[in-house]
Amino acid sequence: MLTQVLSVFTDYTFQLVALGTGIIGLLSGVIGTYATLRKESLLGDALSHAALPGIALAFVIIQRKELMFLMLGAVVSGIIATAIIQVMTRNTVVKLDSALSLVLSSFFGLGLVVLTAIQNNPNAQQAGLNSFIFGQASAMLRRDVQLISSVGLVLLLLVVVFWKEFKCYTFDPMFSRSLGFSSKIIEFLLSMMIVLTIIIGLESVGVILISALLIGPSIAARQWTHRLSGVMILAGIIGFMSGVIGTLISSLGVRIPTGPTIVVVVSVFVFVSLLFAPKQGYVAKYILRQKKQKLFKKRLDELEEAKQ
Amino acid sequence: MNDIAINIDKLTVAYDAQPVLWNISLKFQKGKMIAIVGPNGAGKSTMIKSMLGLVSPVMGSVTHQDENQKAVPYSELKNRIAYVPQNTSVDWNFPTTVRDVVLMGRYGHLGWFKRPRKKDKDIAKQMLLKVGLPTFAKRQISQLSGGQRQRVFLARALAQEAEVYIMDEPLAGVDMKTEHIIMKLLKKLVSEGKTVLVVHHDLQTVETYFDEIVFINQEVIAAGPVDQTFNKQNIDLTYHRDRNVGEGG
Amino acid sequence: MSMINEITLIAVVVAIACALPGVFLVLRGATMVSDAITHTVLLGIVLAFFITQDLNSPLLMIGATLVGLATVWLIETIQRSNLVSNDAAIGIVFPLFFSIAIILITFYAGDVHLDEDAVLMGELAFAPFRRLDLWGYDLGPQSLWVMFIILIINSVFIFFFYKELKVTTFDPAFAAAIGFSPVVIHYALMTLVSLTAVGAYDSVGSILIVGFMVGPALSGYILTHSLNKMIGITVIMAIINSVSGVRLAFFFDTTIAGMIAVVTGSTTLLILIFSPKKGLFQHQISQNRARRNLNKEIEKMA
Repeated sequence: MLTQVLSVFTDYTFQLVALGTGIIGLLSGVIGTYATLRKESLLGDALSHAALPGIALAFVIIQRKELMFLMLGAVVSGIIATAIIQVMTRNTVVKLDSALSLVLSSFFGLGLVVLTAIQNNPNAQQAGLNSFIFGQASAMLRRDVQLISSVGLVLLLLVVVFWKEFKCYTFDPMFSRSLGFSSKIIEFLLSMMIVLTIIIGLESVGVILISALLIGPSIAARQWTHRLSGVMILAGIIGFMSGVIGTLISSLGVRIPTGPTIVVVVSVFVFVSLLFAPKQGYVAKYILRQKKQKLFKKRLDELEEAKQ
Repeated sequence: MNDIAINIDKLTVAYDAQPVLWNISLKFQKGKMIAIVGPNGAGKSTMIKSMLGLVSPVMGSVTHQDENQKAVPYSELKNRIAYVPQNTSVDWNFPTTVRDVVLMGRYGHLGWFKRPRKKDKDIAKQMLLKVGLPTFAKRQISQLSGGQRQRVFLARALAQEAEVYIMDEPLAGVDMKTEHIIMKLLKKLVSEGKTVLVVHHDLQTVETYFDEIVFINQEVIAAGPVDQTFNKQNIDLTYHRDRNVGEGG
Repeated sequence: MSMINEITLIAVVVAIACALPGVFLVLRGATMVSDAITHTVLLGIVLAFFITQDLNSPLLMIGATLVGLATVWLIETIQRSNLVSNDAAIGIVFPLFFSIAIILITFYAGDVHLDEDAVLMGELAFAPFRRLDLWGYDLGPQSLWVMFIILIINSVFIFFFYKELKVTTFDPAFAAAIGFSPVVIHYALMTLVSLTAVGAYDSVGSILIVGFMVGPALSGYILTHSLNKMIGITVIMAIINSVSGVRLAFFFDTTIAGMIAVVTGSTTLLILIFSPKKGLFQHQISQNRARRNLNKEIEKMA
């Protein structure tokens, strides 16, 4: 077992994939913090599904599986989806959840329509487009990792540069407007960053599960600290570790898919945090409640005695 | 003791072992207009909810008087008690007309499965007339003003044809006309021997509207006829005191 | 019956069966919970398959429905803890269940004849090939029967519990006080959603089901102020979307369920823009009018 693990560690493909998924985990942890804090966790879910038609249409246009172009297509359809969701919820009586569900399914449907049309239309390079749905981390190439890292670097840089603005906007959009930050620009920037994070994660984790990576790490981190910087750093670490551990587990077995394994690892972090975090975790709360209950019972008994 | 509509006995309610109501004992007399006042978080809504069996107490009980003047729990005489919840909990874009909302007041009498009959529809119509909205029957509820909405809720409660009316802040945010209509109707109910319990926030109007008052802030601070109980001392005791009951000491 | 007619019939039945519970999901703001359910029922199907080793066993339906309910319960338990926001609770539960299902399918790929592509996308075009044979008679496509029964169950439930669904959705506190438990109705509705999701997943696929549930109901919600009419419009839109979706899919030679989802999204958006009562245009016009009136008032005062 141990030698197996060690041999995996020295394997070049493993190193590459683990680094790639690790960086994706780190980014989604950091950027996802904004989404969960703004209570827009499921926006990521809708946007990841909405990216599919963009990818498929980009492929139809350039007829090649060029990651850069496919991502561009995904960004465009992600932005259109965001705009539709925002108009629906702000200017009509439609509730957010309905808007998300509708956009999610109709964009995904469009993606499938185009993908199926491509498949019926023989083309040597069509193979691999399906991998966007489930993700195919093991197929990651060196230049994929390079692309992921450079996009990631830009995103992290943005987080640092606009730290104050994003923080204000996340906690109190009204207040941030009153300070004179253009909330439209900040909102657009944040949405773009979330869309980009989703898109660089799509190929390895897949449309359906990338949202878990966006939500999980920051939810887990939130249980341990209350400071935004703390949550973000911890979420990044949890995301990175989930990527690496998930890749490791899936490389140990023959038929263990990487994307879903990473999601299970993230979920373990989440549930362990929910259960065991100090002060607010389930266990801590349970113990506190027991204590309180005892005191409370005592008081009730006193009350009972006083009555008699 | 025949004239006690609701009897609250040593009621203690807690969420997460954190007491919200502590050892409340109250008797509400039949045929009275009763105000329940207290600051935010004093447990007013919780007290109402425990009267309606919506929250279960850790200790004590609430009983209501049935037609044979026997004290029974709420579940045995739901239809004798009408309830108007705080209107903030409702989705006003819900596709339903004013008449349908009022008709919901009849649902309790119908029970599961059964549909409203002509008699129920007539009652609903009659109650809409009483609250001054007969021409609004077919309107969608989102098209009403705040005051009109509150009147629709009152009409729904009236349609329940109950003996006791329990209302959570019916006058919050309504216009003068609505306040006037609501209070007139409630007075009429009281004159017919019904009991009306209102969670009230406006201390200025307590003396004009109510017969009895209950000050609560987790515990009963004071209760009794308005002319004897409504005074500065009790108001101060209720509103200007940090309370923390049930935590020892 | 010709193939395209059979497919159209199945599509219409599936669309109506999904759209009916969708009415109340839209009104309750619970459509993303149903999205979670449609994903997690897969885990129920896989687990039940391991026990029965038979893809046609009715136990699959029961198992999947139970997992759907477990999903709702777990989401609500996490929501109640107040440790995470409501939507995040949905977002952490269903990917986990779904991932476990995918891992199980992949790991036992040799033994399970469940194709993950088929589960997610579904394919109506294959539905007519799975026939229901009884005593040597061909009774038509199996999924048509399954979905027809589910459609009947959904209609009967909404018919008999119309009043209860209405009052618990509109004003849960009042409903509870007059003796109609919102929790009971909620779980009953979620049971139907789970059952519908299991029945529909092989023809529609788990991701698109939510569109079938939400789209038509949303059209109804935007077009009318009456619950009865909303249900009527929902059914009509479900029929229009599915019939035209099937035709378009045949024309473009592509996935039928996907095409229906695209048509559903498009019709709903069109209605949303042009609806005379709650549409986007109407909203803009009334806002402008309000602004003009306000301006006039201000001018008068000045």
